Amino acid sequence: MSILESLPQTLALFGPFTDAFDFVVSGREAQTGGVQVGGPGQVLDLATTQLEVTLLALTVAIVLALPLGLALGHFGRGEFLAVSIGNGGRAIPELALIALMAAAIGVGMVNLVVALAILGIPPILTNAYVGIRQVDRSVVEAARGMGMGNLATILRVELPLAVPLVMGGIRTSAINIVATATIAPLAGILTLGDFIIARNVYGDTGVLAGAVLVALMALTIEATLAAVQWGLTPRALKSGRAT
Amino acid sequence: MTGIVVATGQVSEDFFRDRSGGGCIEENRLFCPGWVIENADRYLGPTLEHLLLVGSAVIVGFGLAFWLAVLAHRHRWLSSPFLAATGILYTIPSISFFFLLLPLTGRGMLTAIIALTAFSLQIIFRNVATGLRNVPDSVRTAAVGMGLTGRQILWRIEIPLALPEIIAGLRIATVSTVALATLAVFANGGGLGGEIIVGSNITFKTGIIVAGSIAIVMAIAFDGLLLVAGKILSPWKRATP
Repeated sequence: MSILESLPQTLALFGPFTDAFDFVVSGREAQTGGVQVGGPGQVLDLATTQLEVTLLALTVAIVLALPLGLALGHFGRGEFLAVSIGNGGRAIPELALIALMAAAIGVGMVNLVVALAILGIPPILTNAYVGIRQVDRSVVEAARGMGMGNLATILRVELPLAVPLVMGGIRTSAINIVATATIAPLAGILTLGDFIIARNVYGDTGVLAGAVLVALMALTIEATLAAVQWGLTPRALKSGRAT
Repeated sequence: MTGIVVATGQVSEDFFRDRSGGGCIEENRLFCPGWVIENADRYLGPTLEHLLLVGSAVIVGFGLAFWLAVLAHRHRWLSSPFLAATGILYTIPSISFFFLLLPLTGRGMLTAIIALTAFSLQIIFRNVATGLRNVPDSVRTAAVGMGLTGRQILWRIEIPLALPEIIAGLRIATVSTVALATLAVFANGGGLGGEIIVGSNITFKTGIIVAGSIAIVMAIAFDGLLLVAGKILSPWKRATP
């Protein structure tokens, strides 16, 4: 028996995971009978939706929270606001937010993105604020002495020095959003979470496949943002500091 | 959005019967106080389950992460791999983690607790490690000068001085876990999530609001308790002007 032929037996040791792999690669008949589910087509479709929803919500959250956090940090105002939004945001149960949004306001893309952006805003706002505040005041004074205005000081001095914390906030936010986008099917938008939530259609194999795919997507997004952070960090800050 | 079936507790026949009058429940208005007063007792069980989920996950997570951080403090080279490993566990969404455990632990509360514990590790590890690292070298040198052993320095000097950071990490982990534990319902893990998704129904607004509010109040209560505990455990902080 060649190695290639014995491969299926070897893989069978992983039992359920092999089935899940199969579910992704070739699909299977739905538990409810009749239609074919899973397979690359549907997987790609749901994955694309989840990625779209995540990036859209993350962008909205960044556009709303980052400038505000930077400005509050720069002028040293609104510490209470920045910190309590960060603390309060963590306490919001994701499931309740999505469910209430869907039940009270309605299902659909716009509502979902709004709900996800709400979850994404707190970490970005708080970290941007804290990131700017912890920049050495003497550095800021030096920038002023060189004739920089507020905007130039924020963009060219404070923001580069605050990259680790600012990006830390964006990464936390992205993780929250992609994780919550998994329960988006409850709000009528089918993401990879459909495999997990609609167990009666996909069976435990589909559930497991969905779990693996969601985990991979989250890890990929996190790795990408870590690389972006590395690229944005000023060279002088990189040496000898493990993040 | 048909066909979503999430296995939760059975809904009794008269669950949606409006005993408060006025048809609030029949019309599924945003919030029906009358129904809540009538049915307040049904939230006791799920709330206790939620406390159990959060309590177990945070206690186990704290023990594990604390131990890892102390280990990494002693052997610096362990710091990066620990950070990477806990980072991966933190990044994998809890709802995905529940079902990655499916072949191993099946569905149930244990699965939910394992996933929530895995999530909490990174936050606590990072804070304990930072706290220990931030102890000034001069303090350590003074301790050595007074004849303290490595173990004594850790427990009597470094950990007490790192307490504010340790408590801060514990607060973040606990509050996040309270919110995340609502998802345990998908893994048959119980908790308040079962009152958000009632039966296979996620349209009962009053229920969503009540269960969500209990979770938020629980998070705030834990946060406050830990804040007070931190103050009590570090009395020297109060002495400084």
